[in-house]
Parts: sequence; C-alpha cells; structure tokens
Amino acid sequence: MIKLIVDTLLSQIRTLWLVFIKLFQKKDTVEYPDQQPYMFPRWRGRIILSRDPDGEERCVACNLCAVACPVDCIALQKGEMEDGRWYPEFFRINFSRCIMCGFCEEACPTNAIQLTPDFEMAEYVRQDMVWEKEDLLIEGTGKYHDYNFYRVAGKKIEGKDKGEALNEAPPVDVRSLLP
Amino acid sequence: MSLEIGSPLTIGLILLVVIGTAAMLITVERRLLGFWQERLGPNRVGWFGSLQVVADMIKIFTKEDWIPPFADKFSFVIAPGIIMSAVLLSFAVIPFAPDIGVIDSNIGVLFVLAMASLGAYSVMLGGLSSDNKYALLGSLRAAAQMVSYEVFMGISLLGVVALTGSFNMREIVEAQTDGWYIIPQFIGFVIFLIAGVAESHRLPFDIPEAEQEICAGYHTEYSGMKFGMFFVAEYIGLVLISSLITVLFFGGWLGPSFLPPIIWFFVKASAFIGFFILMRAAVPRPRYDQLMSYGWLFLLPLSLVNLLVTGVIILSTQ
Repeated sequence: MIKLIVDTLLSQIRTLWLVFIKLFQKKDTVEYPDQQPYMFPRWRGRIILSRDPDGEERCVACNLCAVACPVDCIALQKGEMEDGRWYPEFFRINFSRCIMCGFCEEACPTNAIQLTPDFEMAEYVRQDMVWEKEDLLIEGTGKYHDYNFYRVAGKKIEGKDKGEALNEAPPVDVRSLLP
Repeated sequence: MSLEIGSPLTIGLILLVVIGTAAMLITVERRLLGFWQERLGPNRVGWFGSLQVVADMIKIFTKEDWIPPFADKFSFVIAPGIIMSAVLLSFAVIPFAPDIGVIDSNIGVLFVLAMASLGAYSVMLGGLSSDNKYALLGSLRAAAQMVSYEVFMGISLLGVVALTGSFNMREIVEAQTDGWYIIPQFIGFVIFLIAGVAESHRLPFDIPEAEQEICAGYHTEYSGMKFGMFFVAEYIGLVLISSLITVLFFGGWLGPSFLPPIIWFFVKASAFIGFFILMRAAVPRPRYDQLMSYGWLFLLPLSLVNLLVTGVIILSTQ
C-alpha cells in the first residue's frame, strides 16, 4: 500500500518534470508562411500542361486523363488543326475536386499533363478554382525536355508522312504477299 | 485617495489587476501549453502573441449571445454571474501586501471557503437550466465533486489556522515570518493543492466539463459573453487558488527586502499559476469514480490525520 502510494507519487512527479523540461527543448512547429518547406521535385501538386521543345502544345486531346481521373475533374474537347495535329479546344480542370493523385500524368501518352511541386492554390471564390487551358499551359517542357510526340509517333501530319517518324519502319503494304 | 486597505483606489486596482491577469492567462496558458506540447502556441498577434487576448476578447464579444428556447431563462442568465461574483468576492480577504487589500477580516479563511461553496450553485444552475443531457451530467458531476472536495479543502487549512491561532489571513502571513507553513504543514499543502485544482475544476480534475466525454459539461449550451464569463471565472479561480496557496503556505508578501512585498506576492502566485498550467499539460484526467474514491477514501483520512498530528504537536510543545 505504502509502496503503491510512493510509486504513484514519484511517477506523477517524473511526468511533471519530463513535461516541464520540454519548455527548453526545440519545438516541432514549422512556421509555414515565414519558413518555406522543401518541396520534393516529384511532389504531386498543381497540374500544368507542357509544350514540346518546338513550342507547340503537347496535348493531343486523347481524353485518357479525363478517363483516368477518379474524381472526374478534367474536361476537354478535341479540335483538329489544318496540318492534322489534334489539340484541345478547351481544357478545364476543377481544382476544387482534384485530389492530386497523378493518375492523369500516368495516363498521358504525350507527357503533356504534369504535376508540379506547387501547392499554394487557395482561392476566396469557389469558381476561381476552375482553371482553363490558358491558366494551365506553361511555356516550357516540364519534366521531359526532349520529348516531342509528333516526331516519334506514326500519326501522319503535314510535312511528315507515314514511316518518317523517328525509329519508325516504313509502312507495310497489307495487300502484298512479300514480307 | 491613497493606497490603504479598503480605499476605493485600492479596490479598483485589485479588481483591474485580477481581471486583467485572468484575461492575460488565456494567452499565457495557450502559449505555455504549446511549449509543453512541443508547439509554439499563438505567436502572431502582437509582440510574441501578447495581443492574442485582445483578439479573443473581440471574438467573444461579437459572438451571438444565444439563449436556447428550451432553457430556463432566469437561472440560465444568472448562473455565470454567480460564479463570477463569487470568485471575485473571494479576493476581498486576500492580503496582497501589508497595506494593499480590500478588507481585513477576522474570518478570512472561512469567507473564502463560503464563496467557494457558492460557486457550486452557479455550476449546478447552469447545468440544470440548460435542459441538455451533457449539461445535466456535467453539473451532476460538478456538484458531487465540489461538495466532496470542499470538505477536506477546509480541513487541510485547519492545520494552518491552528498554528496561527487565527482565521485572519493577515495574521496568518505575519505568523510565517520565522518560517513558511509549507514545512510544518506539507501534507496540508499537498491536500489543499489537489483540492484547489478540483475546486476550480482545472484539468486533472476537470470532470464536470470533460470535453472528450460530455462536450463542455455544464456550459455546453452557453455562448458569447455568458460562456466568456464561465471561462474567465475559471481563470480567476485559478488566480485565487494560487493566491491562497501563496498566502497560507508560502508566506504571502514575505521575502528578502530587495523587492517590494507586492512583487514577492506576484512572483509566488505566478509560480503556482505556472504549476497549475503544467499540471494541465502533463497529468491525465482520472475517471469519475476514481476521483470520488480518491477524495473520500484517501485524501479525507489523510487530512484528518494531518490535523490530528498538528494538534498533538501544538499541545505537546505548549
């Protein structure tokens, strides 16, 4: 009984002491706006649309990102230029729904849609969370500097016929019996 | 007008300082709790967060002061006033310094205990009139806790009273010139400390308002300035208990003469306020039945034994 009382008392005093010396120890708080955290390059934050090295839009409006998106926050409409390239007539991301999962980036066949380390996207008006193509499109190539979809793909555009792409075999004549 | 016991200037200053200290404690407590939880606490408003209390006050004054339609209006409104006036009245008998105080009463200790009992009415009325199950549970617990802890809060003080031979707080302080009562009355001090925490329902014993179990207990339905009064009254109660410990066990204003007596009083009282906040940061809340059995089966016999031994020693040394 006496031992129990003394042990309990000592335990309480030890608790008080251990908490008290926290007053002089380093605090865990990161004072965020004054003290910016290091953002890793592969952090999944604000979504951008990149351009290829020639300065053209990379997006070919294939809709794979919109299909992959688990919260359906991406909307776009296909358009076609005179030279045969596809492009999005509008490209709209509703960031109030976006969960930054990065599935769109993984689905994208042309490395057009990419996630960046920026996360400071708070807005006062809800409608301002919907970003249009002119807001999303950047002037650079993003994470992949040399990639140009139309230079490696078999798609025929003006100035590049079938079989003229990088590493592309000439087209096979399906009606011929020769190999 | 001059600074003497009972002059209007003194009374006004004491009122101002007590309420000001209680208001500042909102900030101080949040900062200290932050430090003790390895956080920084509120440090944005003003110099190191010192104006946080102003921001809190503006917020609480501009909130809607809502009375639930199912509540009993009269007792609902009067409850926060009772606890506020009861704790403020208790400061009347506290001797801050040789010439600073409100009254020089012969029954100072009894007066404080009586006022502490009145505080229980506020908590009971607040909980009952709210007509809310959490408030009812909270006031039920508060009533039981305050009534049972008052018993040996009083008994633990009787050792000090017996050593002095007076209920007058000034005489109690002056009797400690040769040595503070913490040494002969250590057990009495510990019991009074624990009972004081329970009486002001601060965190290790904040069972009446246990947020994790019963929302906010007896002030669940309160909002705006009525809640603010409960809130500030809790802090004034904390200041009161710290002042009482200082007066009864740590020699009040007595101390080496390089500092004026009032400063000694503030230093000692602040140390106890800090200790109470530390207890809030460190010690978990006991269960309700544990609190009751701890009080009745351990603290009450201990305080009675303490009183008995003190009496025997006083009689045998005469």
